[in-house]
Amino acid sequence: MKNVKRLIALLAGMMLLVSLLVGCGGSGNKNQQDNNTDKNQQGTTGDNNQQNTGDNAGKKLYIPVISKGFQHQFWQAVKMGAEKAAQEFDVEITFEGPESEAQVDKQIEMLEAALSKNPDAICLAALDSKAVIPYLEQAKERGIPVVGFDSGVDSDIPVATAATDNKAAAAAAADKMAELIGGEGEVAVIVHDQTSITGVDRRDGFVNQIKEKYPNIKIVDIQYGGGDHLKSTDLAKAIIQAHPNLKGFFGANEGSAVGVLNAVVELGKEKDIVVIGYDAGKQLKDAVREGTIAGAISQDPVAIGYEAVKAAVMAAKGEKVEQLIDTGFHWYDKSNVDSEELKPLLYD
Amino acid sequence: MGNKGAKGRSLIRSDATQKLLAFGSLIVLIIVFSLASPNFFKFSNIVSIVLSTAVNGVLAVGVTFVIITGGIDLSIGTTMTFASVIAGVLISFWKAPVLVGVLGGLAAGALVGMISGSVIAKMKLPPFIATLGMMMITKGLSLVISGTKPIYFNDAKAYSRIAMGSVLGDILPGFNIPNAVVIFLLMSVLASLILTKTSLGRYNFALGSNEEATRLSGINVDKWKIAIYALSGLFCGIAGILMSSRLNSAQPALGQGYELEAIAAVVIGGTSLNGGEGTILGTVIGAFIMSVLTNGLRILSVKQEWQTVVIGIVVIFAVYADLLRRRNK
Repeated sequence: MKNVKRLIALLAGMMLLVSLLVGCGGSGNKNQQDNNTDKNQQGTTGDNNQQNTGDNAGKKLYIPVISKGFQHQFWQAVKMGAEKAAQEFDVEITFEGPESEAQVDKQIEMLEAALSKNPDAICLAALDSKAVIPYLEQAKERGIPVVGFDSGVDSDIPVATAATDNKAAAAAAADKMAELIGGEGEVAVIVHDQTSITGVDRRDGFVNQIKEKYPNIKIVDIQYGGGDHLKSTDLAKAIIQAHPNLKGFFGANEGSAVGVLNAVVELGKEKDIVVIGYDAGKQLKDAVREGTIAGAISQDPVAIGYEAVKAAVMAAKGEKVEQLIDTGFHWYDKSNVDSEELKPLLYD
Repeated sequence: MGNKGAKGRSLIRSDATQKLLAFGSLIVLIIVFSLASPNFFKFSNIVSIVLSTAVNGVLAVGVTFVIITGGIDLSIGTTMTFASVIAGVLISFWKAPVLVGVLGGLAAGALVGMISGSVIAKMKLPPFIATLGMMMITKGLSLVISGTKPIYFNDAKAYSRIAMGSVLGDILPGFNIPNAVVIFLLMSVLASLILTKTSLGRYNFALGSNEEATRLSGINVDKWKIAIYALSGLFCGIAGILMSSRLNSAQPALGQGYELEAIAAVVIGGTSLNGGEGTILGTVIGAFIMSVLTNGLRILSVKQEWQTVVIGIVVIFAVYADLLRRRNK
């Protein structure tokens, strides 16, 4: 019995060891995150012992940045921007988020945990803009300024929001779609969700623009894939099967767009359907270069992360901040996907 | 009561009614959807449906073995992802040949299953708890190892051909059925043979029907349990390779939630969660019922929210029908 237990422990230990070795070979991010967490724990005990007089000499400001998670590479680019700002303004940040953008409850737990550490400010990209409001009210009562990023929150508690104007960006995508399909025909849309502001804004921005300006274009279906690449692929395929005359397909975030891309390729319909995506990531960029998809809207994730942390720092120091920080969007296609201007925004 | 093990083994007898019921439901669904939409019963859509069943189907077939022992494995979804990440690390980071990467992924899945099985057999932890813990471990490890980034297989062109190439199409022109479909069906046949023709299958049913009696008759229950969980893990590895091959990337954040779909397929197919009986054919039919339902509802543009409600209702009815059948014996 003892021998078997030792064997199991050995096996488990080996597996962990192999995984860690492999992990260190594959990325350096893990070490960074560990360092951040250690420092933050020290910073927090300092917080509780000192009087919060507003004079933070000798102690770094601590700002948790709660993103929507790791499901898309977009967030890694946001993280880069946030870390850049953290370095520049000499503050401590933790960059965290749930594994998938469907885990609203997980994000709420992270928000709770972050609040309990008594931070100097909080940055939040809400998965469900209404569900987080009670926690924001808590933050307000305790004098912790909240800065929204990416998705705003349906309330006036955040002192600033650094985001893309998703409605305008999606409307621009609609304009491009109309241009590329000749102003008439059937199009479909896959959005990641209908609870976050980005999901709602991108869907409405696209759909409303089509309805208002292009009466000869019919939107035959709008479905939600949760940003899951595999699910979105099968979903897009079903939609294309149901509408054999489909001329255009819009995927409103990275996972959705990859799903549409895969579906179009698997069904051999690259020439028949104009695909427009959103965000970047290696697969979308490659597809744009090859011309498999017509193009996509890119946000400026680095700016989103940077501006969010910058605004949080300013708010924590009591300075005035802009309510709405529009970080802008860009259309990229074959002609400019590798341009100098867009390189920093088009993450891998 | 006699030889419950032997009864569970046969492909015919009263399990046939359940299979007929399940298969009949599948046919009814196909007919209903074909009538509701002209776009449903087309060759390309049928291929799409089977392709979309492949990953869940492989997972479901693998976990059937575990469920027949009366246990459960909640970690199959995240283990699938873990296996795909290991394959990704081997092929894309360490530049190993595709074959090595695939074997590595399969081995990773089997190893995870082996560990789960050991914890359940030796430490006597309930399968629910043990595999729940394993699910969280593999979920976290997938993110750690990949650095929370997807791992792309762009440099290894052969990898995406594993699932999406068509060996069948190369042999018989015009039969461009993706390899993933063929692999899924072959694995199902293999699993069925293992379940019905080998000692592992025999002991699987024995374990599930009456573990104590099996132990007392001199069979090394622990060893076979571990083997069964390892086999399930191997199937997770296969599913992981298929999924990442189709997406041409290992997505470390996906996977959780897939276990419920797989278990639902097993249950709809007539395998009881109490263990002791079940068939692979039933699981395959269950998986198809779910994918046909999903595809049909999507083609009819039924709102997503309702799709999951419908599937949930089907699962409940399937389990109830199974309960009734059991009571009537």
